Amino acid sequence: MARYLVRRLLISIPTLLGISVIIFAVLALAPGDPLSQFANNPEVPEEVRQRVRDSLGLSQPMPVRYVHWLGQLLQGDLGFSYATRSSVTQLILQRLPNTLAVVGVAYLIGIAVAVPLGVFTATKRYSVFDHVATTLAFIGFSVPSFFTGLILILIFAVQLRWFPFIYDSTLTVHDFGSLVQQIRQSIMPIAVLTFIYAATLMRYVRAEMLENLPQDYARTARSKGLRESAVVRRHVLRNSLIPVITLVALGLPSVFTGAVITESIFSVPGIGQLLILSIVNADTPVVMAVTFSFAVLVVFFNLVADVLYAAADPRIRYS
Amino acid sequence: MIVREHRSLWGDAWRQFRRHRLAVTGSGLLGFIAFATIVGPFIYAVPADDINFKIALQGPSLAHLFGTDQLGRDLLARCLYGGRISTAVGVAAVLVAMTVGTAVGSLAGFFGRADGPLMRLTDMFISLPGLPLLLLVIMLFRDSLRQLLGPVGGIFLLIVLLVGLLNWMGVARLVRGAFLTLKEREFVIAAHAVGVRDRNIIFRHILPNALGPVIVAATIGVGGAIITESSLSFLGLGFPPDEPTWGRLLFEAQGFVDTAPHYAIFPGLLISLTVISVNYIGDGLRDALDPRRSA
Repeated sequence: MARYLVRRLLISIPTLLGISVIIFAVLALAPGDPLSQFANNPEVPEEVRQRVRDSLGLSQPMPVRYVHWLGQLLQGDLGFSYATRSSVTQLILQRLPNTLAVVGVAYLIGIAVAVPLGVFTATKRYSVFDHVATTLAFIGFSVPSFFTGLILILIFAVQLRWFPFIYDSTLTVHDFGSLVQQIRQSIMPIAVLTFIYAATLMRYVRAEMLENLPQDYARTARSKGLRESAVVRRHVLRNSLIPVITLVALGLPSVFTGAVITESIFSVPGIGQLLILSIVNADTPVVMAVTFSFAVLVVFFNLVADVLYAAADPRIRYS
Repeated sequence: MIVREHRSLWGDAWRQFRRHRLAVTGSGLLGFIAFATIVGPFIYAVPADDINFKIALQGPSLAHLFGTDQLGRDLLARCLYGGRISTAVGVAAVLVAMTVGTAVGSLAGFFGRADGPLMRLTDMFISLPGLPLLLLVIMLFRDSLRQLLGPVGGIFLLIVLLVGLLNWMGVARLVRGAFLTLKEREFVIAAHAVGVRDRNIIFRHILPNALGPVIVAATIGVGGAIITESSLSFLGLGFPPDEPTWGRLLFEAQGFVDTAPHYAIFPGLLISLTVISVNYIGDGLRDALDPRRSA
């Protein structure tokens, strides 16, 4: 197992390097000047402009800049934002907790809803409940998150006035009242993500259960006199969850990118919103850093998925 | 003597598909939406860009079935016109993804030497953060492509190519898997034995047999591509403001959710109904084309 882990870790290094080259190449090949606002200002003399470019390392050849950028990246230094002049690392760390809170809670609720629903609909296949739940799940994974979000705003913020319209980013939790306020403003963004995530996962759980329910080992368990609930819980569910574990880990990065849209609908101050703001401001260092952080997340959770899969399924050998 | 009706693979698939009630409903709905967006603007002769501030943000009425937007333009006309772009982007992007995916998958599956490197490449593309990278590239290349190909052509090409190039990996894996199993089968070995050239074995013998899963993936992919395009437009980074794609309409409707809810609801419903239909068709095709499932 340890050797497998090390090998798997080593494989992800070239992947990350490849991604960093792609992101860097995209930026380097892009037309236009990263300092365009500055460059178009006629009051800035040419030599000052040249000095700024030198100090930012922009006049060096491409491979040198890449190695330089990578070296800084490895030291955890992501550079400075053009727009706010603050450190990119700090900007990201500032906003990461908000994203993690929304995404994490949505993810956990999604799993908690999807697994029982998937099991129940599979065991009661073709029942009314099954039809309703699978149709809802189908809608959940077909309807884009920004529409679900707008509908929620329309119903719960505009019509019913249960939740605030806009997320208040200045709110700090210091007593019970502000905690309630924080929860109230987080409910809608979390609900949007939960709906989509639970819908996707439930379909997988249900399909896996349906695949496993008629298997020989389940029939054996029944014929030795186990109650159906015990067959489902102890035998079928455990086997069905093995591929689902992989999906749970593999799905996490897409939940993070999905949060980009959800955060911008509800103006939650997370890294997704930071990405959109920086793109609008053409704040290249921030965009690059956030994009690369997403890539790291994807690679990391691919690794987690593989390891979990190997750990959960004894049929898979670590070779 | 028993005379049996001739049955073909596609005939069987069609028979199976018709049994999937939701897939048939989906096809009908999608057909209607496609017909409406293609032919609709000719029949429904209200101009999509006629500004009239006196009737801005009105709800649905007989004169304007879907209501009007913030400049008093007719929303139904705009939805019909915008639907053309949204669906065209979806279909074109999937064509790109299918072409790249089938090419990579066939090469990797057929030529053992190419397998390793091509699959590493596929794995790396799977690890790319899709949406952020899409946003990054659009931000950087939008203006120069716009100058080169015009405001609509430039962004259309950019989005189609990008969405296609970020979504071919699943198909490549499917095709590679099918090639690996099919190339050991007797009919392929027989083809080799009688001296059929590699190119013909790939295109005439193996590829047609690997097509089923690719068609299913392509169908579902259209839904995904439509959502991606709408997401980009919704974030304000897709088509320019005067091109009313469904996502762009939602982006603008966002500011009027409290006063004019119809503005957001109609384009949103159109996107949702289109994607739901496409996904149900994909579901039906999967049942119809998978020989293990047909009864």
